[in-house]
Amino acid sequence: MINKNISELLSLFIMITLFLLVGFIQSWSMSITILNMCIISAIMSMGINIQWGYAGIFNVGIMGFTGLGGLATVLVSYSPVHEAWRVGGFGMIISLFLLILTVVIVFFLNRIYKNNKYKYLIISLAIIVGLVLINYFYRPSVLAIEDVNPAISGFLGGLGLPILFSWIVGGLFAAGVAFIIGKIALGLRSDYLAIATLGISEVIIAVLKHEDWLSRGVKNVIGLKRPVPYEIDLQASEWFISFISYLHSAKLSKISEVLERQKVLDQLVIEGSTIFVKISYLILFTIVLLFILYLANKAQFSPWGRMMRAIRDNEISANAMGKNVVKRHLQVFVIGSAVVGIAGAMMVTQNGLFTPSSYLPLRYTFLIWVMVIVGGSGNNLGSILGGFIVWFTWIEAAPVSLYLIEIFTSGLDENNSFKLHLVDSVPYFRFLIMGVVLLLVLRYRPKGVLPEKVRHS
Amino acid sequence: MTDFLNAIILLLNFIVVPAFSYGSQLALGALGVSFIYAILRFANYAHGDLMSFGAMFAILFTWLFQSYGINFGILPTALLALPFSIIICVFFCLITDRFVFRYYRIKKSSPVTLAMVSLGVMFIIQAIVRVVIGPADRKFFDGQKFIIKAKKFKEITGLNEGLALKSTQVITILVTVILVSLLFWFLQKTRTGKSMRAFSDNEDLALLSGINPDRVVFITWIVVGTLASVAGTLYGLDKSFKPFTYLNLVLPIFASAIVGGIGSPVGAVVGGYVIAFSEIMITYAYKKFFIYLLPSSLEPSGLVQLLSTDYKFAVSYSILVIVLLVRPSGIFKGRTL
Repeated sequence: MINKNISELLSLFIMITLFLLVGFIQSWSMSITILNMCIISAIMSMGINIQWGYAGIFNVGIMGFTGLGGLATVLVSYSPVHEAWRVGGFGMIISLFLLILTVVIVFFLNRIYKNNKYKYLIISLAIIVGLVLINYFYRPSVLAIEDVNPAISGFLGGLGLPILFSWIVGGLFAAGVAFIIGKIALGLRSDYLAIATLGISEVIIAVLKHEDWLSRGVKNVIGLKRPVPYEIDLQASEWFISFISYLHSAKLSKISEVLERQKVLDQLVIEGSTIFVKISYLILFTIVLLFILYLANKAQFSPWGRMMRAIRDNEISANAMGKNVVKRHLQVFVIGSAVVGIAGAMMVTQNGLFTPSSYLPLRYTFLIWVMVIVGGSGNNLGSILGGFIVWFTWIEAAPVSLYLIEIFTSGLDENNSFKLHLVDSVPYFRFLIMGVVLLLVLRYRPKGVLPEKVRHS
Repeated sequence: MTDFLNAIILLLNFIVVPAFSYGSQLALGALGVSFIYAILRFANYAHGDLMSFGAMFAILFTWLFQSYGINFGILPTALLALPFSIIICVFFCLITDRFVFRYYRIKKSSPVTLAMVSLGVMFIIQAIVRVVIGPADRKFFDGQKFIIKAKKFKEITGLNEGLALKSTQVITILVTVILVSLLFWFLQKTRTGKSMRAFSDNEDLALLSGINPDRVVFITWIVVGTLASVAGTLYGLDKSFKPFTYLNLVLPIFASAIVGGIGSPVGAVVGGYVIAFSEIMITYAYKKFFIYLLPSSLEPSGLVQLLSTDYKFAVSYSILVIVLLVRPSGIFKGRTL
């Protein structure tokens, strides 16, 4: 028991040292940026840990749930584009209504014609009729909406609410989609859920990229609201300047000339404002992280968590004990995806912009898996640690491998084509590092850096 | 009558021929996935990237041959390079098996663990491909581009619509037919093939009857490496080689394998064509087709396109979902090689 606590403390210590190192060597602003993304990654990997570590569900659609979270920030916080609503809102609402109607009708047809020979024929007919009807309203309104000032809007906009709401909404979006996928694919072979999630993530990203009326597609949504103050406002505000001059009073008092001192102070205020904004995000993110960690741990060590472990370790016997395996799987799948959705919304909030084309499976799905595995599946602290380590490596791999390449090829000429080629491919060495790390951990430490703690109580 | 012929040619040109070649590429990929699933019993997410690995070596050898002035006449040089890339790809498969997968096989790890391991292999292959050849788009096709040009076809038949037959399409289909027939002959007629089928059917019984599992696994990787290399090269020849697209191929390939019945080779081939045809048929704009067939008063105003081509993946996905809902074991019941 003591041994385990030591490894936790040790890893905490190592992470703090690394961030301090980055702060001193590169810059503090960079260090906090990495730390923020580490926290977001940690929340994502906690979400996946809830699915994989608690229940053994293999979800490779993380990218899609992250994207849904991002969409939520746009839909919640962006101010509504009234012009677009006027020209196309009505048609969109009708299309949505028809879509829901079609789904309901298909659902009931499925019930009514349970044993009918032509069941599938009837259902596909209903779907086709529904699609044609929807298209009739949908296409003109899409064109109308996208025509409204395409350079800056061209979409419906959002609700104009504070962006913090979107974190919850993002979770709800992800949970909703996860519910549908889970209904379809859970209870079948475990590989099927993996493929189903992989597919839905591709489809979600395709929708985000191409439905311009919803998310502006590849034109991106920029200038999202912030839950924290803007740098420019800070630089102009009295209290912030006095705060900064108080912080650096020792340094400033050494400069005797007034003009010179003012110049230095201005520089410090600009630097300080960016760091202040990042630290505000850091505080918000940390609150969410601790909140989710508390809940996740509470759940894991509750009777519910024990039941989940029982299902994970032996589905058949859990089933025999009267546990509804499929239902519990669905539950945990929805909860985990919701956590990922929250993290996705947080990420877009921090970036302040929503770029659907930046969602790549490697970065948003497979990297998160590396975090979960490296950190230790089944241990929430472990997956947080995994998020930190892996994101840190992912960011710092490029400078480090550049440095290593410089050392190894130092004997070669500056313009040696082999050396230039290697330098060009620096960004891809992190794939190699991730792959090797994943394989090594799976092989030699399959339980991860911080293994799952099994409490027998 | 000519209108009718024009409409048919239109469909042939834009749906049937492309779907057959794309379907062949998917079928070869799905066969590889199915083989691994049936014998090694896990879903190999690295398969798409294995294809790009094979294709990369085909390109490298093509460049090598081209630099020596060797070409294959009217056929693309890549076909000459293919055997070499197959050898390297198979070799790579065997190495990954020896150093990565074998450990988990002996330990009898769960399929999900193996799938996770394949993610690690995927990362490594992606790194290798991007470091060696870079992420850029590469066209490595040479030789004669068309077998029939659209213009020439129009001149010969006197129709409005031309049927263009790219040589890559014909090569893809021919190579697939040859490879798949060889594979089926191998599985059905040879002793080794039969032992593989037995192994996939019931591992314990196969072991009892004296089948050497290491040999079966060895042959499996040879088959998989060959299939992946050929499929990747053909796809690269037909479209163009871009490392990123191969990761996206994983979804349609898995969809093909599952739709056909994962583990069943016939299913994989059929599934490949089902996915390819539905992707292309659903995303094709039928406007011109209806203009030929319907009287001018009924001419459609829109594109008559069910889904825009941006949603190609959505089509393969929907088919996958339908199959999962209606017949989870696939068209041909899975897991019988």
